[in-house]
Amino acid sequence: MIDLKGLTLETALDDLKARRVSAVELTRAHLEAMERARPLNAFVLETAERAMEMARISDERIAAGTAGPLEGAPIGVKDLFCTRGVRSTAGSRILGEFVPAYESTVTEHLWRDGAVMLGKLNMDEFAMGSSNETSAFGPVVNPWRSGASNRSLTPGGSSGGSAAAVASDIVLGATATDTGGSIRQPASFTGTVGIKPTYGRCSRWGVVAFASSLDQAGPIAKTVKDAALLLRSMSGHDPKDSTSLPADVPDFATAVGRSVKGLRIGVPREYRVEGMPPEIEALWRRGVEWLKEAGCELVDVSLPHTRYALPAYYIIAPAEASSNLARYDGMRYGMRSEGETLSDVYEATRADGFGEEVKRRILIGAYVLSAGYYDAYYLKAQKVRRRIADDFDRAFETVDALLTPTAPSAAFGLGDNTSDPIAMYLNDIFTVTVNLAGLPAISVPGGTDATGLPLGLQLIGRALDEETIFSLAGVLEKSAGVTARPEPWWVA
Amino acid sequence: MTIDKATVRKVAKLARIREDEGRLESLASELSGIMDWIDQLNEVDTNGVEPMTSAVAARLPMRDDIVTDGGDPEEILANAPAARNGFFVVPKVVE
Repeated sequence: MIDLKGLTLETALDDLKARRVSAVELTRAHLEAMERARPLNAFVLETAERAMEMARISDERIAAGTAGPLEGAPIGVKDLFCTRGVRSTAGSRILGEFVPAYESTVTEHLWRDGAVMLGKLNMDEFAMGSSNETSAFGPVVNPWRSGASNRSLTPGGSSGGSAAAVASDIVLGATATDTGGSIRQPASFTGTVGIKPTYGRCSRWGVVAFASSLDQAGPIAKTVKDAALLLRSMSGHDPKDSTSLPADVPDFATAVGRSVKGLRIGVPREYRVEGMPPEIEALWRRGVEWLKEAGCELVDVSLPHTRYALPAYYIIAPAEASSNLARYDGMRYGMRSEGETLSDVYEATRADGFGEEVKRRILIGAYVLSAGYYDAYYLKAQKVRRRIADDFDRAFETVDALLTPTAPSAAFGLGDNTSDPIAMYLNDIFTVTVNLAGLPAISVPGGTDATGLPLGLQLIGRALDEETIFSLAGVLEKSAGVTARPEPWWVA
Repeated sequence: MTIDKATVRKVAKLARIREDEGRLESLASELSGIMDWIDQLNEVDTNGVEPMTSAVAARLPMRDDIVTDGGDPEEILANAPAARNGFFVVPKVVE
């Protein structure tokens, strides 16, 4: 019996390489854990047979000395990534039983490097949500609980399945995507590490599109080093995505453990928002102290347009979404509802196939793009977006990275924020700015609140400088020394 | 209210989403709430600011205009709600 509790990708890869464990054994152990963890609802599709087949091939490659950097490592894939021959739903009814005939570039890279797919992970519908409650498959439950309470908490969203699966030790890592905070907020809520790399680092090809100028893939992992290992495989230029950057992919893992002495770290004063829980403030202060102790120079900086990031996002993202989601018309793939005329069929299909939040955003998008409103809303938002990006440019003239909290709260209860869309949107207040600017940012566990729930710290870096935030995140991880894992209450 | 019932009806039509008449009122108030919150953008002075359309500064790459994929109608039709003889079957488009 292999003990998966707290088993890192790094350790598992060492064990595989040294033949202390086989890929088949490791995969079987994870499949059993996945089965036991069904109450978490993290997976929308388990692919056990495929996983065992991939593991057998991994063992052959290890024996033949042709192992890839992730050979034999069982991982989960957010259901926003198209996987050849495996149902891909984006958490929506409208895609029905859609089975892609192609593989997303990011997952293709992972399989090239030897990773083993355990299954497809639950998520908010089309990645629109911050609590996983908009999924057509029902919400994921956070493996963490608050104190002695047995109340079900959200793992965050939209990559809630990815975060919950990593936190509950049923995968060694997971793919995720981040349009406004969908990697980092769930990482913060589940005590895991999540990085949204620079826009263009990971190909968007084969990833179901939400808001194309903001969407970016990245990993959720148990440690900073693990996130670095996964991101290296996921990254790389792809001619099939015209916004993919033709930049070399560094060995991110070598940045973890590197000295951060002499780095200048900005603390943006606008992130100290009204009503922020004192525990988040305290966490942020601890983060500042830890970086000072490691030899960084902490400086106060200003990003004056921060508070306008969310409203600008709620024009840009729905506008792009309303265009991207126009393709779901019930004609070529996915579900189709009955109707008299062609128009009836379109309207019925989209009414039946999309959930409430997705419809809300499509309507906002169609409204802000409609004749007479385009300049007042869409163009205005794009100009504000420029202001926000300029704020970062100015800050990075004097600092090497920025330190902020990841989210304004710890994980909240399922159902707590569903009645007020804006209250839900505010979850992304600290994360959405970097999507607008295209910058990399990582969330790393910094400690817990009084009830034992994880809280994350966020580091923001310059474009294409993930290495600096990886090295800083390594310092925070070590200083925080978080060792707590959730109690496996889901095992009957 | 920024968005009234008639506007919701029009936008839903544009977006090809059927919304029941009984839902329009509550949708209008929900969407108005969001748009009112978004209106704080008007506080930002954006005179002379170039709109930001992409997070990537580089120019979009060009490629040769040649066929790189295709020729597999069965694969394309595999996920179709209805298909026959190598074609998608759709409701009548022309009266």
